[in-house]
Amino acid sequence: MNEILQGYNFAYLDEQTKRMLRRALLKAVAIPGHQIPFGSREMPLPYGWGTGGIQVTAAVLGPNDVLKVIDQGADDTTNAVSIRRFFAKTAGVATTTDTATATIIQTRHRIPEFPLSENQILVYQVPQPEPLSKLEPSRGETRRMHALAEYGSMHVRLYEDITRFGHVAISYDYPVMVGGRYLMAPSPIPAFDNPKLHMMPALQLFGAGREKRIYAIPPYTNVRSLDFDDHPFCAGRAPHPCGLCGSETSYLDEVVVDNKGGRLFVCSDTDYCETRRAAGHVGADA
Amino acid sequence: MIADDSLIAARNLSLHFGSIPALVDVSVDLWPGEVLAVVGESGSGKTTLLNVLSGRMRPDEGVVWYRDPAGSLADVHTMPAPALRALHRSDWGFVQQDPRAALRMAVTAGGNVGERLMAQGARHYGNIRAEAIDWLRQVEIDENRVDDLPRNFSGGMLQRLQIARTLVTHPRLVFMDEPTGGLDVSVQARLLDLIRSLVARLNLAAVLVTHDLSVARLLAHRIVVMQRGVAVETGLTDQVLDDPQHPYTQLLVSSVLQA
Repeated sequence: MNEILQGYNFAYLDEQTKRMLRRALLKAVAIPGHQIPFGSREMPLPYGWGTGGIQVTAAVLGPNDVLKVIDQGADDTTNAVSIRRFFAKTAGVATTTDTATATIIQTRHRIPEFPLSENQILVYQVPQPEPLSKLEPSRGETRRMHALAEYGSMHVRLYEDITRFGHVAISYDYPVMVGGRYLMAPSPIPAFDNPKLHMMPALQLFGAGREKRIYAIPPYTNVRSLDFDDHPFCAGRAPHPCGLCGSETSYLDEVVVDNKGGRLFVCSDTDYCETRRAAGHVGADA
Repeated sequence: MIADDSLIAARNLSLHFGSIPALVDVSVDLWPGEVLAVVGESGSGKTTLLNVLSGRMRPDEGVVWYRDPAGSLADVHTMPAPALRALHRSDWGFVQQDPRAALRMAVTAGGNVGERLMAQGARHYGNIRAEAIDWLRQVEIDENRVDDLPRNFSGGMLQRLQIARTLVTHPRLVFMDEPTGGLDVSVQARLLDLIRSLVARLNLAAVLVTHDLSVARLLAHRIVVMQRGVAVETGLTDQVLDDPQHPYTQLLVSSVLQA
């Protein structure tokens, strides 16, 4: 499989495009949480499948990197497999499903359960980079709000949730303040993963291909989820242990297993679940 | 020449829209706690004057001074945008003719009232909600409507909700653009009564744009009569309305049906 395709530049994109992307990435790292526009390219996959993430990965990938790609936490879904194979073919880099040995992890919808380290980069695929988009349709106005740090209206959304449901009902893409300055959409990761953004040792890069924006959280940056003093942020999790590995702390997928309403709760992070099972942990449904 | 205690002092404002003069050499003063009515027929530059005074529109010539609570004067049109926006969020309020344009129609009444508090940094849900309920009460909206959407409110309630939303941050100065426009007469009367009592109790200064002389008579301490962008007459409300000097003011006053 690791046969490198001839006729393509290393990691598909040409060097000038990668330079442009790296300039945007440097700016993004310099201003944590701030969205940097970049010239997003047509990629050989549709918008919404990770065109932003794949471009960021291409820009930071080196020949010695080990790449892991996850989609909803899983290494074996179509999107993850395709992107992993894409870079194996166009860059000839080693790929893995093991979180600890990967140097670059491209992700959609999850942060791995295992803590990441300083020599890893986490690349997020972002559909909508603008956290204010649902409140303020004008992009010019949202830019002004970011410039002046006018984020009060974001709390109106939280207020409405508490009023209607008794708690903040944002379960994914839960808005965060980065470095105490910029409001940021953490991509559609579950709110459960939000605390992992805070003070993460790994570099976090966010690429939105269709919206043509890049942003970043440098290592060890303060990231706070929005909340009220009397309704502190709380990360939700299905109240079950994993059916396969018995983990009580991981984020779970609910899988319908038959036509009689049977349910199976399993770790959404497949590598985490497999590693635990290999170490002898067994869940009730294994 | 600016008085030491004036809140707003506008000097020699001029603004043209192409060849149309919207404001011609208009000077206006406003003191703390005072309600100033700007009257005139439609197209006379009333709303333009309001927009220029509030910094929403930039004049071709002239200057608008605002005295902040610390007592120092600032030019509304040269102050940095963040400072002007901060003024609009806290010290100033703006009541529009159409409450639907000012309110968030998909957000509950409580959320609408609380928005300015949250914009100022309030982060305690219980306190924000309590304050919102308190303000709904002050504008005579039943407190169990706090979780209802504005789209289920009547026109008069919407306007009162807009007033609650504006006053929740205790502004010193409120700009009102035809606050009673589009409401039926009995609702108008109730709203005017409410505005009058709120203005008196909170010691608000207000610039009130209206084409309705009875609204001006009821609410305003002083009055500016505008015609084709020119402030043709200024003075105490009763004085101007009972003894109009300028021919246009005389016409305006005499055209009102005596009830």
